Amino acid sequence: MKAPGKRGRRERIKNSVSRIFAGLVYLFLYIPIAVVVLFSFNTSRRNIVFEGFTLNWYKELTKNTALLEAFRNTLIVSGTSTVIATAVGTLAAIGMFRHKFKGRSLIDALLYIPVVIPEIVLGIALLSVFSIARIPLGLGSMILAHTTFCIPFVVFTVRARLAGFDKSIEEAAMDLGANRVKVLFGITLPIIAPGIASGAILAFTLSIDDIVISYFATGPSGTTLPLKIMEQVRAGVKPDVYALSAVIMLVTFLGVLGSQIIAYRGAKKMALAKDKGDL
Amino acid sequence: MKRAKKKELISLLAMVSPVSFWMALLIALPLIYILGISFCGTDEAHNIVLSPTLRNYARIFDPAIAGIYLNSLSVAGLATIFAILIGYPFAAIMANAKPFSKTLMYVALMLPFWTNCVIRLYAWRTILGSNGTLNFILLKLGLISKPLEIMFTRGAVVLGMVYTLLPFMVMPISTVLEKLDRGLLEASSDLGARPATTFLRVTLPLSAPGVFAGVIMVFIPALGFFFVSDLMGGGTSQLIGNLVERQFKESFNWPFGAALSVLLIAATLILVRLYTASGGQLDDLGAM
Repeated sequence: MKAPGKRGRRERIKNSVSRIFAGLVYLFLYIPIAVVVLFSFNTSRRNIVFEGFTLNWYKELTKNTALLEAFRNTLIVSGTSTVIATAVGTLAAIGMFRHKFKGRSLIDALLYIPVVIPEIVLGIALLSVFSIARIPLGLGSMILAHTTFCIPFVVFTVRARLAGFDKSIEEAAMDLGANRVKVLFGITLPIIAPGIASGAILAFTLSIDDIVISYFATGPSGTTLPLKIMEQVRAGVKPDVYALSAVIMLVTFLGVLGSQIIAYRGAKKMALAKDKGDL
Repeated sequence: MKRAKKKELISLLAMVSPVSFWMALLIALPLIYILGISFCGTDEAHNIVLSPTLRNYARIFDPAIAGIYLNSLSVAGLATIFAILIGYPFAAIMANAKPFSKTLMYVALMLPFWTNCVIRLYAWRTILGSNGTLNFILLKLGLISKPLEIMFTRGAVVLGMVYTLLPFMVMPISTVLEKLDRGLLEASSDLGARPATTFLRVTLPLSAPGVFAGVIMVFIPALGFFFVSDLMGGGTSQLIGNLVERQFKESFNWPFGAALSVLLIAATLILVRLYTASGGQLDDLGAM
């Protein structure tokens, strides 16, 4: 056995090295974000050094209709795709969990494909289908494309939640006279709701930041924010793009913080209830 | 009894047919079409002509194309290695953290990804460009006499890839490390193994599936992320992704672009096959 003092010191050193390392990784991840926020308040339009504080770019932003429209399009595409993908994906996950049937492994294989193949391949493949089927390129085609790559992520996330699901609860409800639809909405869905929620959040996250697949599915009738920014980057970004990004960041930061606090409180309440023997 | 069976079938169809139709029409059909046209040629007007040929595949041995392939493989390889070197220790720290700090670390890791990645990469340009913040500071301090050329190099593309893909390396590794049986580590240490030996002989082999999953999630996208090479490399470092993109958006040689894509799919399938053969779970690739 080593002397406890030596072991304790080694532990302490290990802990501080871990902290410093994690800190450096976060620095790497957050430096660009700090730059975005800082330069959105910069008086100079050249993003090199911080020259002075201004809110001018936020005012400019309200006049930049092209950028705001791209942002609105992004919300439409991501919102719609998330809703469709969550509905189709959740049903599929439950159906595949409940029933064993021929062709199940084929559906599984088709679901794995968009997850593992490079996005660019899916992008060009979808573009080809849209052109054969004469589907006009625009918001509609982008919703189809985004939903396609979001469905598998919803299925896998919901399935992970179903893995711990007790089928006898459903059977009990059916024995007591509930029909299938009632069981689905009254029992199954509420139990797996956290899984559905995290699947939907994952789908929305992937969709809102997608650039590769959108790049191929986009058309004259509408473009999304990532594509608009990509377009502007070639000409040089004005700080009003930074201002919009800073606003989006603030909203998501508050949203994530809020949902985490709610989740944490919920977990604490559950633990307390368990201690008291209520559950 | 028969009625129950029928009801069972209806419930199955109601739940599984939407996903089946969707995946058949928008995954299977497009990929079969891509495979098909990869064996076709084009006429002067860029129309696809049905004349079975292997020419599109043979073009890969064209030195210019092969050069892009090698560059793309080395960029993706370097990005994967750096992602492991940064991501593994980070995942270990996260897996060993107390529940509250673990949640905090996870949220802080994912939060930047809610901001558009193009804008975050563009911010790197502001920092690293030849009149960027970093060079400005170093010049002011007198540490360098002329600006460092960091942007628009292969190194910058690798940095952009690591930056964009790091969480996809961290998540699968930390999931595996969390499930690791602590008893095994204690046993190894009680039997006299030094921490380094325990790590190399116990922890590392047991976490290999997580690393493998991370490699797939980083290496494969890194071959295709043409926008990272556009933003960070400015055209100096062409990737397979740029080559494919150009066939579809500029030179309109869809069959050649399709052949390049088929090769990317083949590479992916080989990696995934190796992953499942080594005991990896496919679902772990999709769930974050």
